[in-house]
Amino acid sequence: MSVRIQQEPFDFGAECDRFAAGRSDTGAVVTFCGIVRDDGGLHAMEIEHYPGMTASAITAMVDTARTRWALTDALVIHRFGPLGPGERIMMVATAAPHRADAFAAAEYLMDYLKSRAPFWKKERTAEGAHWVAAKEADEDALSRW
Amino acid sequence: MDVLYFAWVRERIGEPRETVDTDATTVADLVRELSAREDRYALAFSDLSALRVAVDQELTAFDAPLAGAREVAFFPPMTGG
Repeated sequence: MSVRIQQEPFDFGAECDRFAAGRSDTGAVVTFCGIVRDDGGLHAMEIEHYPGMTASAITAMVDTARTRWALTDALVIHRFGPLGPGERIMMVATAAPHRADAFAAAEYLMDYLKSRAPFWKKERTAEGAHWVAAKEADEDALSRW
Repeated sequence: MDVLYFAWVRERIGEPRETVDTDATTVADLVRELSAREDRYALAFSDLSALRVAVDQELTAFDAPLAGAREVAFFPPMTGG
């Protein structure tokens, strides 16, 4: 299990390859990558986080996922700092003997990362900068777990 | 204790962290104490439903006790992922 909080980019393909390599106890690997989306006029996105809390909060989410599903491994990488449109923000990978557990755990981790990992996004556009508001739908998504 | 601010809370208060000498027994007491101190705090804390709080790096509620706490952080709802 690995949680990495970093400013520098990550190589999504290489991370997926490394994560899936050499496993005989695993029948399924699910990966997700989050990308900076430009809905029109986005110059940059700045991601702030709470250094003392971020890794431990995400590690606790991974630990909970391990109690709920038969995971053989999990990886979370989340970036902070300034990012441009199209850049990769974060990724989640889960490995399990069977795909249902890998899919469910990846969705669980994504839902919790959205609303419970201490990150905040600020978007810079031609009109100025604004903090991205949390979506009610993201909060509601937690109730299904 | 150390008090930390993130995102727009940090911008409204004008600093990322400070050391506060307080006898507040709960997070809500600390919020009242800071809000009474200066307008920038009162503005940042005007709507607690728009804020989240962590004590010693664990999310908690505004009625949480502060006994023994070393670090309190205030921030808006998180937007990770």
